[in-house]
Amino acid sequence: MSKLAFVQKNKIPPSPAPISEVGIIGWLKQNLFSSWFNTLLTLLSIYFIFIILKDFIPWAWGGHWDTKSLRECLDLNPDVACFSVLTARWKQLLFGLYPAEEYWRPTVTFILLIFSIIPILFPKYFRFFWFSIIYPGLAIWLLWGGSIWGVGIVYIGFFLGVLLFVLLLRNITKNMVIAGISSILFVILFFIFFSNYFVNILNIIIPISLPPVESLKMGGFTLSLIVGITGIVASFPIGILLALGRQSNLPIIKMICVGFIEFIRGVPLITLLFVASVLLNYFLPPGTNFDIVLRVIIMVTLFSAAYMAEVIRGGLAGLPLGQHEASASLGLTYWQSQRLVIMPQALKISIPGIVNTFIGLFKDTTLVSIISLRDPVGLASTIRADQTWNGIYWELYVAIGLMFFVVCFGMSQYSQYLERKLKTDK
Amino acid sequence: MEKTKINITDEVAIHISEMNKWYGNFHVLRDINLEVMRGERIVVCGPSGSGKSTLIRCINRLEEHQKGRIIVDGTELTTDLKNIDKIRSEVGMVFQHFNLFPHLTTLENCTLAPIWVRETPAKEAQEIAMEMLEKVKIPEQANKYPGQLSGGQQQRVAIARSLCMKPRIMLFDEVTSALDPEMIKEVLDTMIQLAEDGMTMICVTHEMGFARQVADRVIFMDDGQIVEQNEPESFFNKPQSDRTKLFLSQILGH
Repeated sequence: MSKLAFVQKNKIPPSPAPISEVGIIGWLKQNLFSSWFNTLLTLLSIYFIFIILKDFIPWAWGGHWDTKSLRECLDLNPDVACFSVLTARWKQLLFGLYPAEEYWRPTVTFILLIFSIIPILFPKYFRFFWFSIIYPGLAIWLLWGGSIWGVGIVYIGFFLGVLLFVLLLRNITKNMVIAGISSILFVILFFIFFSNYFVNILNIIIPISLPPVESLKMGGFTLSLIVGITGIVASFPIGILLALGRQSNLPIIKMICVGFIEFIRGVPLITLLFVASVLLNYFLPPGTNFDIVLRVIIMVTLFSAAYMAEVIRGGLAGLPLGQHEASASLGLTYWQSQRLVIMPQALKISIPGIVNTFIGLFKDTTLVSIISLRDPVGLASTIRADQTWNGIYWELYVAIGLMFFVVCFGMSQYSQYLERKLKTDK
Repeated sequence: MEKTKINITDEVAIHISEMNKWYGNFHVLRDINLEVMRGERIVVCGPSGSGKSTLIRCINRLEEHQKGRIIVDGTELTTDLKNIDKIRSEVGMVFQHFNLFPHLTTLENCTLAPIWVRETPAKEAQEIAMEMLEKVKIPEQANKYPGQLSGGQQQRVAIARSLCMKPRIMLFDEVTSALDPEMIKEVLDTMIQLAEDGMTMICVTHEMGFARQVADRVIFMDDGQIVEQNEPESFFNKPQSDRTKLFLSQILGH
């Protein structure tokens, strides 16, 4: 037999790993103390965390919650936090200048908000999606008040439009475009000529209304949520369309999308907000009073839509060309293949970037304080302008930061959950 | 194994005449003339860059031709999107890299197009899909995602996915080139079975054993032209053109 020849005769059974490699000790050894350098880093980090918490915890833990003014806090103990400002002003931080007797309205709106996003976040509850559709109108009515038919008529108009579209497709024409255009025309005509008439009648038959609250009264975290959530919901579809437009073969559409994205991304959000608050009125016909909150929402939406488009374009670029070819070769139309094959995958790839943009947008809503809307940051200055609390900084900003953190951390956790759920390759 | 030729009819499935294609200034396909009968099984071979993939990709207009005519199942390929969608739903295609939809299960991959293009009810589409998955011998993988399957299994799912549209013509674009050797056979077996069922097939492939066993006609392409075509027996044993001889000696020579 030659020296090279070798035949394995018995199979070696698997045996457990040595104790030093598994369990808590194994984990510590592998992750924290694997080498002298790693050990040093671990000790340094622990020391670093210690320094930070050493002062913060006594400061926060011993804080006063029930004094009448900052003066009183300082007299008691100047080294601890004076959270009394929150006790005194938390309603303002949450609701801004919203009339106190109507606080239930924003409260109800945001409780309902939770119910309206559940069907979108968790497909299990998708059967309640109808509520997510009703919710925006309901929220507008609750927050701004007035007659319920002001928003109700919008729903009625769109409902009639959809109904007409379906009827046309069923009975008269097979052509989606013709049916679509005629339904849209119908809806426009309805709003121009009939809606006022209908609203008046409905107001007489079923008068339901709430005391109106004007936009400048909106403030606090309520305002952040209004602007942030509307911006998120609206910028997502616009971002998708812009991303598709940028990839389009049609040169004019492509040019418009590229121009829009590059322009908006190249301009600071504050500039756009100034345009919204000051300049926009010059461009609009005199007499039009375009709601300031709505103007801000539009600007924030456009701003983040441009970022969204680029994030989604990244996802689209990450898809192999073969996916387009496969769906085309099966006979799917452009829109079918975008909706069923391309977008689900591109959006999945872009989840971290999309959520990043959402979080950025939500935090950017604090910039509206610059155009003197009273979001929490703007209110912080207002509160400090009060003699009683003049000189207070940390406590207010910690509280505001915490409110934003809760929402943003929630989004981040959801995105991680979604990524795990959509993982199909293992 | 004795090959059956009774499948070939005298009905024209694909008619290509004087077809030319350019990528920019590069002349990829030059004066292609080809007539494929219903039930005919054609193998296209040739060195890489010879335009063989481009040729079959023109048949369902994944590539656009600039001159000449392509008529598939009586419908001419023009810029008319309706014709293109119609032809694509009649012509199945299987790719080198499978191109399964990774976010959908095997079964959903197979039912997607029937449901959305053919408007088949979901339940019926699933029945057809299971039937086709049985045919390619992987019904047990129906609820797995493509990422969980081996290359050979993925390619068989891709074949099943095309078959679910009940195509009248199937195009195979180097479907075994990306597979490990031990998986090539399972895919070829599926294709042979399909050929025996009488499907009209055009296969771009380097599997000469498959060509000998299945093809009714072998086409050799070089530099964007059809250089030689013949029955497999004569093509392999008595090639006429020097380029064919050189090509055959290179791929069969070792």
